[in-house]
Amino acid sequence: MRGFLYALTVSLVMGLAYWAYQENIKTQAVLSYVEALQDDIGHARARLKILRAEWAYQNRPERLQDLADLNYDGLKLLPLSADHFGRVDQVGFPELPLLDQEDLRPLDVASRRIGQ
Amino acid sequence: MSDMPLRAPLRPLSQILPARDRGENPDIIERKNIELRHETQRDPARARAQGRLLVLGIMFICIFAVITVRIGLLSASEPIEPRSQKAGASIIAQRADIVDRRGRILATNMETHSLYVETAHLVDAQGTARALAQVFPDLDADRLFKAFTGQRKFLWIKKKLSPEQMQAAHDIGDPGLRFGPREMRLYPNGNLAAHVLGGASFGREGVHAAEVVGVAGVEKSFDERLRDPAQSGAPLQLSIDLSVQAAVEQVLYGGMQLLNAKGAAAILMDVHTGEVLSLASLPNFDPNNRPSLPAKLKAADSPLFNRALQGVYELGSTFKIFAVSQALQMGMVTPETIIDIRGPIRWGKFRIKDYHNYGAKLPVFEVITKSSNIGAARIAQMIGAEEQKRFLTSLGFLAPIPIEMPEAKGGRPLVPSKWTELSTMTISYGHGLSATPLHLAVGYAAIANGGYKVTPTLVPNPTVAKGERVLSETVSKQSVDMLRSVVTDGTASFGEVAGYAVAGKTGTADKPNPQGAYHEEKVISTFASIFPANDPKYVLVVSLDEPEDRTGSEPRRTAGWTAVPVAAEIIGRIAPLLGMRPLIEKQTRADITLTSTN
Repeated sequence: MRGFLYALTVSLVMGLAYWAYQENIKTQAVLSYVEALQDDIGHARARLKILRAEWAYQNRPERLQDLADLNYDGLKLLPLSADHFGRVDQVGFPELPLLDQEDLRPLDVASRRIGQ
Repeated sequence: MSDMPLRAPLRPLSQILPARDRGENPDIIERKNIELRHETQRDPARARAQGRLLVLGIMFICIFAVITVRIGLLSASEPIEPRSQKAGASIIAQRADIVDRRGRILATNMETHSLYVETAHLVDAQGTARALAQVFPDLDADRLFKAFTGQRKFLWIKKKLSPEQMQAAHDIGDPGLRFGPREMRLYPNGNLAAHVLGGASFGREGVHAAEVVGVAGVEKSFDERLRDPAQSGAPLQLSIDLSVQAAVEQVLYGGMQLLNAKGAAAILMDVHTGEVLSLASLPNFDPNNRPSLPAKLKAADSPLFNRALQGVYELGSTFKIFAVSQALQMGMVTPETIIDIRGPIRWGKFRIKDYHNYGAKLPVFEVITKSSNIGAARIAQMIGAEEQKRFLTSLGFLAPIPIEMPEAKGGRPLVPSKWTELSTMTISYGHGLSATPLHLAVGYAAIANGGYKVTPTLVPNPTVAKGERVLSETVSKQSVDMLRSVVTDGTASFGEVAGYAVAGKTGTADKPNPQGAYHEEKVISTFASIFPANDPKYVLVVSLDEPEDRTGSEPRRTAGWTAVPVAAEIIGRIAPLLGMRPLIEKQTRADITLTSTN
């Protein structure tokens, strides 16, 4: 009986040791993964920061002004001035094509879209 | 129990019985036996106790040793991020960005590298020195070689490297050349708003990191806020509007070139909240590469000098409206009251005269529109020195303006040491008291917003408590109307901007020369304006240093010919950017009408 208990205890300890070893390895793996992720996040943040800075740099007013001047022939961009304001009815909206009556029925439209 | 040694009985019958027979007390035998037993037990017990003490002592020594070693290791090792903690916003320890009122970036950080040399690891000192001098033309190969072979073990080569420079330095391939990560402050808009932003440089420096500290402007005044890790990188928003600032600087620069001025300043401020939307001072500098203070130049001529905040100038006739508003407020005059303007006024050897002769009498509103020095002086005489001083103090003209810029402390107004009646008279038309353009903007804001003093600020401030009331609503309205007529009928006729009803006052002040007198041909010309006049929203102060319009037969320097057209151009450009629809004034109703009036 005692021998059996000894054997049981020893195997239990071995089993637990194996489990702890496994858990340790898994934890280490997860920690390295998290570390890699954090590294990625850090790099992504740095990249985002650079992109934001670059966006701000590319859109600096001085450059936009130069670009507007360079492309004046094509774009005809001028500084906004008071005479650019007007009434809504002075705006030449493009005429909208008449709507297809079928398109006004939502069920039909939905089923047709699904069909496509 | 069976293993334990047999204990000798304390009362062995073999001794007790004979003792009883002898008539002795058997307890004596017991006591003797107890004593004997204790004697045999004492030594092992002491040995055991000593052994325990020893173990305890060793344990304490071990614990202390572990703690000491740990402390030593922690203090000596480089900090590392905890591996198991979850990443969050809290790990961002970068200096916060600065953005404008619409969230556009004014200042941000960029990762770069520094280059240093550990001379012990240098393989080819001479070759490295020569190669470095080729990569960085500002370095001298001989001097580098001397430094490499001297006593020093460590020296910085460059604090910031561009990626190309880094690659070139890397390609030299000497193991003594080392790179350290650096965070550098980047101002993507270059010179734009340079004086507001100021600049940053490195504080305490290590190989692996360096502190970025603000050295001027908002970078300095908000340094703690920008570095605070608890803010977790939340950007600092300013009240500056990037596109407005760009337009102001562009027009101001153009005006400065056309009018041959050596400097210029402009401030655009919300009259109700005190938010500064644009603050420009020319010449300016690139905060990415902030110049050092030039030794040869006077401080006031350096590009680092912020004319809008630090430039203390006599602001000329722009001050007249303060005398008139105060007289209106005190009930001494109405806009129609006739003032005797016969002159010149003689005061000792001092004479007050007008630019032109406007006759003998002028109503108060024409004192403003025609800009009569004598008229303003007469009104100031009515007010008196004490009252004038009190009023100008309440408008903030006697102390530096408390705006969030370290430079503002340098804008301490120059006031007469003795506020005599003559000072009162000269101050009424802007001589004898020097203040900054920002002071003027604050004063005009109070006139424009219905009489409340405002405190200018550089952070968006939508809900602002109204400041102290210095003028009544009526006086404020009357004053703005007078300023409006300066533009429609007076000295600032070039200030008219179709649709934006500009009101304002010109001021041309002779510059004082080092001898204490005034220059004949050097002026500071200023235009302080309010727009739109019917419901004032913004105050714009434009000031030009030594302008000269040389297009006519003789040079023109008065503000009406210099600062006013520049200010008008600025208003024409920025008012639409500020989202203001043009207003159609009743007398000039044209073919377009408005959908709404703001």
